[in-house]
Amino acid sequence: MIALLARDLRLSIRAGGGFGLALAFFLIVVTLTPFAVGPNTATLSLIAPGILWLGALLACLLSLDRIFALDWEDGALDLVATSPLPLEGAAAIKAAAHWLTTGLPLTLAAPALGVLLNLPPQGFVWLALSLALGTPALSVIGTFGAALTVGVKRGGLLMSLIVLPLYVPTLIFGAEVARRGAEAQATATPLAALAAISLACVALLPFAAAAALRVNLR
Amino acid sequence: MSIWEYANPTKFMRVTGVALPWLWALTAVCLTVGLTWGFFFTPDDFRQGSTVKIIYLHVPSALMGINAWLMMLATSLIWLIRRHHVSALAAKAAAPVGATFTLIALATGALWGQPMWGTWWEWDPRLTSFLVLFLFYLGYMALWAAIEDPDTAADLTSVLCLVGSVFAVLSRYALVFWNQGLHQGASLSLDAEENVADVFWYPLLVCIAGFVLLFVALVFLRTRTEIRARRIKALETRARISAA
Amino acid sequence: MMPDLGKYALWVLSAYGVSIALLASITMLSILQARRTRRALQAMEEGRKPGRRDGARSEAPGTVKEAANG
Repeated sequence: MIALLARDLRLSIRAGGGFGLALAFFLIVVTLTPFAVGPNTATLSLIAPGILWLGALLACLLSLDRIFALDWEDGALDLVATSPLPLEGAAAIKAAAHWLTTGLPLTLAAPALGVLLNLPPQGFVWLALSLALGTPALSVIGTFGAALTVGVKRGGLLMSLIVLPLYVPTLIFGAEVARRGAEAQATATPLAALAAISLACVALLPFAAAAALRVNLR
Repeated sequence: MSIWEYANPTKFMRVTGVALPWLWALTAVCLTVGLTWGFFFTPDDFRQGSTVKIIYLHVPSALMGINAWLMMLATSLIWLIRRHHVSALAAKAAAPVGATFTLIALATGALWGQPMWGTWWEWDPRLTSFLVLFLFYLGYMALWAAIEDPDTAADLTSVLCLVGSVFAVLSRYALVFWNQGLHQGASLSLDAEENVADVFWYPLLVCIAGFVLLFVALVFLRTRTEIRARRIKALETRARISAA
Repeated sequence: MMPDLGKYALWVLSAYGVSIALLASITMLSILQARRTRRALQAMEEGRKPGRRDGARSEAPGTVKEAANG
């Protein structure tokens, strides 16, 4: 399992692996936002938590089709499936690798980008915390979506259509934590709900992803 | 004699072939009676005026929009557990119908909301969850359309339907938490005191019956189409193999 | 016969119009698809029974080509 994780991490950091692309995309979304809504700092700080969450979510979505597609094409996925490692474990590892190369950097970068959007000072901690708790769910849900569509050629758009509705609860609670944090309100309830969603997704969705992979490898 | 006998495609074709004309007739009668009764022979509500007549379309279609998804969930489970092809095809056949009902519920809701609430759309939990449900239908249908092998498609869409159901329920609760609603409570619960008055209630029941019948008739018809399409595909494959 | 819909006539009528149009279109679509597949299947099963030679008579281009190949 650790070998698989290390391999995935190495592959994504190597040139053309996509590491950093998500970060660059996140930066661009945040840069474009003021062009779209105007440079008024009051407006920006009002919408900053939501924009940052949405940007992180879309950046996460962009890199999803890399999770399985390359391994599917060169046959590595068949090897993983025939190895003694259960496919559920492989799916969980893939999700973990995706989170380490996308979710974690996004979480770390978000406060820096918050400065650009004039996020209120008390919001930074909550933004980082909500992203740290929420992005694992985004990665695991995305892994499930990628497993469903791995056999489809040019499945990227299809996967977005499938995955985005599944992101709704995570986005609602995550952005709610960030918004309430920025407005210095109580954040305990949405934070607990966000954590619950993340934990449940991490615990259950690898099984669904493995089931989908088995069907696709049949 | 058990219900599983209808999982045999030949038997399903025979029974639905006999039942369909009756179903269509009943659907036509119920919808005509219900909608005519509702449109021409019910009084206006003292607050809502004539817009109350939209209820005869809005409530049944919203009901069937959800029920269609539940039916797809049930047939997906049956497919995953017992591998009856008719079941998987019925789920596929139901999705566009369910999506249409959901769209009608959204459209009529907007047309009622504009004069009554003063807005076409409000990010209210009920409205938003219907929009999300519509997105789920779109994703489900797109996945069916994208995968060539029918059994793989049936398996993957069934898994998506199961996971999607869980997330649809989650979204519902998340949305309630997210924004307090403008939408009124249930208008149909049997024990509620604030139920709609009898004058509106009886034609509404007829309309609901009509929508249910229409859904069943459409699903039967579309499932028959899917079974035939599957048979065409099998014949084509056989011809190609014997030609090679 | 037409009930007095008052000032909301436009909304009520368009709600009924949109709904009936949508219901009619899904029904028509289903019926058309059903008819098309039924005809295609019938054509196939009839073409299969008399044997392969009969395929040349059919006007479908695919069948002609197949018969020519065979």
